[in-house]
Amino acid sequence: MNSILSTPLTADHIVRGARMAPFAGWNMPIQYEGIIAETLYTRSAVSCFDICHMGEFLLKGDPGACGLEHLVTARLGDMPKGSCRYGSILNEKGGVLDDLIVYRKGPADWMIVVNAATIEKDKKHFQAHLKPGTEFRDVSAQTGKIDLQGPLSRDIIKAIAPAAVTLGYYTFMETNVLGRPALVSRTGYTGELGYELYVPAQEIPELWKKLLDDPRIKPAGLGARDVLRLEMGYSLYGQDINEETTPLDAGLEKFVDFKKDFIGKNALESKKKTGIARQRVFLRTLSRRSPRHEHHIFVDGQTKGIVTSGTFSPHLNCGIGMGFLENIPAARGLNISVGDDKVQIEAVITDKPFVKHTSLKQ
Amino acid sequence: MNIPAGLYFTKEHEWVRIEGSAGIAGITDYAQHALGDVTFVELPKKGQVLKQFQLMATVESVKAASDVYAPVSGTIIEMNAELNANPGLVNQDCYAKGWIAKIMLADPQETKNLLDPAAYKAYVEGL
Repeated sequence: MNSILSTPLTADHIVRGARMAPFAGWNMPIQYEGIIAETLYTRSAVSCFDICHMGEFLLKGDPGACGLEHLVTARLGDMPKGSCRYGSILNEKGGVLDDLIVYRKGPADWMIVVNAATIEKDKKHFQAHLKPGTEFRDVSAQTGKIDLQGPLSRDIIKAIAPAAVTLGYYTFMETNVLGRPALVSRTGYTGELGYELYVPAQEIPELWKKLLDDPRIKPAGLGARDVLRLEMGYSLYGQDINEETTPLDAGLEKFVDFKKDFIGKNALESKKKTGIARQRVFLRTLSRRSPRHEHHIFVDGQTKGIVTSGTFSPHLNCGIGMGFLENIPAARGLNISVGDDKVQIEAVITDKPFVKHTSLKQ
Repeated sequence: MNIPAGLYFTKEHEWVRIEGSAGIAGITDYAQHALGDVTFVELPKKGQVLKQFQLMATVESVKAASDVYAPVSGTIIEMNAELNANPGLVNQDCYAKGWIAKIMLADPQETKNLLDPAAYKAYVEGL
């Protein structure tokens, strides 16, 4: 895949003056008004994001019998219809192939939402491990997704998809959005009250236009989305987690059900016995300087870890980041520095989320 | 793209305005636009002696950190301390309130190594 992909909205982003850049092979809007303005607006009002690049799979089958339960780290069998669950798919070594969200549409009816850059890899993995004959469809190309995120998003949903106004956190329903069939979930990647709207790709431009005709809603780019997710301490696949990390060192153990069998479980159990060599840490700087991807983490002048994501938090007015640190007991509160051969920035190990008391579960 | 008259420019997108025996320097509109929201500026130190095109400052944006080079050789005589509290001035007003440092010129002839507004405009349009 050498050519860059466009979403149904790429042309519209350019017309509206967004700054575009390649992300995961797609020509995506990085910012409209500015990353900081869009970040602040999402936490105080409501923004919409073009997330059409992400992948969607549809799958039919009893989770145990068809092999789905064996593929995903989270327990799926007890999911109520209309609920979402976050989890991962692993290789035999326990390395994370992708993180994803599973939607249970019926007792044997599923949608799986995966990262854009991993669609083909994930598809092969599912097809290789599902019981032969299991109905599995990659509907990424024909499915569009717009994320509506921010404390005012419920007011918008009330107007465009009234039935969905009752949705609780991590639930979804198939309902009409502006009179057209869609799937609406109360999920997101910003840490605010928010919804993800799945509609047929060809209907995305019309929905986007109607959303932006509402003066309360502003478009936001992937730059703001990255700051927002990092302010919550959410991992980004390909940057914070990858096939070389396991859910144990990535701090994602709570999304792993060790009471069931799944691909990679044996490797994780043996790593649990021997102990993991590094831990996920969250850090903030003592200045406006930002940690950056691949900065070292120094403890008493010695390299003890690496930053996987870093940025400036407009809400905390300091740099924030996440990374991996060698196992140091009671790391929280530890004074460290981050940097490279050019710069060292004073920082401290802290907890996630960096931004607390958001509208997420209101 | 704002490229004011009366300034000299570098291909690394710094500008300098010569005022008597000193030069006031900052980054250009092209640079601030490319960086996006500026969140931090590491200023040079007073008395620091710099050669032309040597590292003078670092500008951090939400996305990345970028080096800023001295457009002329000389001694730093003043820094824009306003940027410590309000680095966004670099975005809002890069040629005035967003200036970075004032340099006592070591060699006034060095402006011949810089671009005039027309040459800088042609250079930026070719990028």
